[in-house]
Amino acid sequence: MNSPHAASLRDAALVAGIAGILAFPFVGLLLTTEGTAPTLSTRFPEFAGAVVVIFFGRLGVSAARRGQGLLPLVLGLAMAVGGALSLVVEATGLGASGAAAWHAFVPGTFLSTVACAGGIAIAGLAGRNYLMQDRKPAERTPLPMGQLLLWLGIALAGFAILLPLLPGVDRRLIDVATLVLTYVMLGWGLNIVVGLAGLLDLGYVAFYAVGAYSYALLSVTFGWSFWVCLPVAGTLAALFGILLGFPVLRLRGDYLAIVTLGFGEMIRIILLNWYDFTNGPDGITNIGRPSFFGLPFKSEPEQGTESFHTFFGVTYDPVHRLIFMYYLILALAFVTNAFTLRIRRLPIGRAWEALREDEIACRSLGVNPRNTKLSAFAIGAMFAGFAGSFFATRQGFVSPESFTFIESAILVAIVVLGGMGSQIGVAVAAIILVGLPEYFRELQEYRMLAFGMGMVLIMLWRPGGLLTHREPTIRTRPAPA
Amino acid sequence: MNPPTLLSVEHLTMRFGGLIAVDDVSFSVEQGAIHALIGPNGAGKTTVFNCLTGFYKPSVGRITLHSPESRTPFLLEQMDDYRIVREAKVVRTFQNIRTFPKMSVLENLMVAQHNHLMRASGWTFLGLIGAPSFRHAEAESVERAEYWIGRTGLADYADTEAGALPYGEQRRLEIARAMCCDPVLLCLDEPAAGLNPSETEELSELIGYIRDHHHISVLLIEHDMSMVMGVSDHIVVLDYGQKIAEGAPEAVRNDPAVVQAYLGSDDEDEAGERADSTP
Repeated sequence: MNSPHAASLRDAALVAGIAGILAFPFVGLLLTTEGTAPTLSTRFPEFAGAVVVIFFGRLGVSAARRGQGLLPLVLGLAMAVGGALSLVVEATGLGASGAAAWHAFVPGTFLSTVACAGGIAIAGLAGRNYLMQDRKPAERTPLPMGQLLLWLGIALAGFAILLPLLPGVDRRLIDVATLVLTYVMLGWGLNIVVGLAGLLDLGYVAFYAVGAYSYALLSVTFGWSFWVCLPVAGTLAALFGILLGFPVLRLRGDYLAIVTLGFGEMIRIILLNWYDFTNGPDGITNIGRPSFFGLPFKSEPEQGTESFHTFFGVTYDPVHRLIFMYYLILALAFVTNAFTLRIRRLPIGRAWEALREDEIACRSLGVNPRNTKLSAFAIGAMFAGFAGSFFATRQGFVSPESFTFIESAILVAIVVLGGMGSQIGVAVAAIILVGLPEYFRELQEYRMLAFGMGMVLIMLWRPGGLLTHREPTIRTRPAPA
Repeated sequence: MNPPTLLSVEHLTMRFGGLIAVDDVSFSVEQGAIHALIGPNGAGKTTVFNCLTGFYKPSVGRITLHSPESRTPFLLEQMDDYRIVREAKVVRTFQNIRTFPKMSVLENLMVAQHNHLMRASGWTFLGLIGAPSFRHAEAESVERAEYWIGRTGLADYADTEAGALPYGEQRRLEIARAMCCDPVLLCLDEPAAGLNPSETEELSELIGYIRDHHHISVLLIEHDMSMVMGVSDHIVVLDYGQKIAEGAPEAVRNDPAVVQAYLGSDDEDEAGERADSTP
């Protein structure tokens, strides 16, 4: 038998076999402790379920790849619906008999989620092939990506502005959105260094820490207000950017990444150990909160002063401060974005991108690589400093724990996942990498699994990042509509 | 009367450990002339280029540029690579093409005018606020870039990613980009490598045009002998790091030392050249 169906079956069986070998110790065996003695129990239904799901999933993938219309579509949809139903059964504990039967077949939240997601992907692939099969390749004209991304950006920005006003938005969502926006801003700042200038900086969190501690110390020691401290913190962070940038100028690629990683850790360890100055692991408390143009957010303003709610004649609600914080970080993020979009079109921005493309060629055109790299480090660090100030004022407390390497890693992941240099890509990636885990805390156990799976899928399908489109910074003619 | 000397290379020696890549080579380039540097593979031609443009620091020797734009001569062997371009205005291209592949052709040419534009943008501050003086300078730079885009026949590709260009076009883009640096001496490292005969012909015309209409001196490394003989005013021949002959094309062609250097190990060189010029 050499028909494509036989090949697909063989392939699916092979993949299911490999999955079986791999899954057996993880899924098929379970170590439980009864009393004091650990015992090994088995979970054969789950194990069999996993292998069967993978078998049909692989069958669906190879059928979808060959572009056979309906079979993979039906298979994919069945998997998706089955997985979703199984989740429902799991969540509610009861359900229709069919769904319950399926649930007996595919037990476990994770397995059901995988089946559901895989089913959707296969159905999507098959559906696209089904729609495309009658068309000639020439008719598949690429969408005008520049326009599309512009509208997507405007839509996202509009949504972000209106978010606190939407019905059904609660404190938790605003809190999560504020956190996501902090990462969006940091991602955009890091995008200057990594995405535009191509300098892989794994210690970006150091500048975030410098900004946060600058604000915290200035605020606690001198009682300076947020708006005075913000530019100071940005400047200090930029100076640190230059300071740390100098020694690493000659390094490229992996070497640069390792050294910046080291610098990031050094800053954290200094913050941890310089007890007299930074209060060490105890952190700095009672950091000043920003005011609304001089009006603090306090339930009981001091004698003779006005507070936000008394001035506007509304009843006190702590959510006012949260919403103000949200708009504050939104404004800071917008400034970062506007600045980056503008500087990309200036000579320095073009020199950054050229440096990313080919440093030798840059030298041969008279671009000073030292100044160009340092300016990228400094400006990227400055935005981290701003974001750090915001972080300190939002939390009211800073300690070295907030500035561990994992923060840098998440930020680099955001930039790389989003598509290096793409502003919207960074925003989308921040929502996916920070917003979703924060919102689905119940599924925390599976976070790293989902993280890893997402990374593998990205490497397979979009190795350049989610959005890789790059619009030239200058054109001889207006962009085609 | 001879035209004034633009570049003089004296006793240039470059050692890499025990290997002497360039051994006591001296020659000079006249203003407004096309000079060629030829020799079998491994003769040290590109090493000479790298010394001229600051990518290598020579072990011994002096390289002086008597720029018509400056009263004091530049000592190139003491300058950093990017300063040689910025101040002395000696600009090079590369044997293995080095464009900025993800940037458009126009952007490539704008990067070449970086130093001029940085000054015009007030080191970015004037540019950020959109000062009219910067916009004016930028428009001028675009005009200049468009001139060279037209001159090198890249008009259809102006807004295309440089990496997506056909091979010959990428070679011409490198020359256009170098010209946007406003050079007094243009150093071309094997500009005809990988080009077909008609493209090579066009390239010769372009190089001649650059000399005649922009009064720029050209120093050329090339293996395509018919092109070198056709376009050069003066030829320097290197073999094993040493200068073995120098003079007008006709004289060099008949020089017994040159004939021996090329024909002595003919088979190897031919094979090496083909491998070298394959894109």
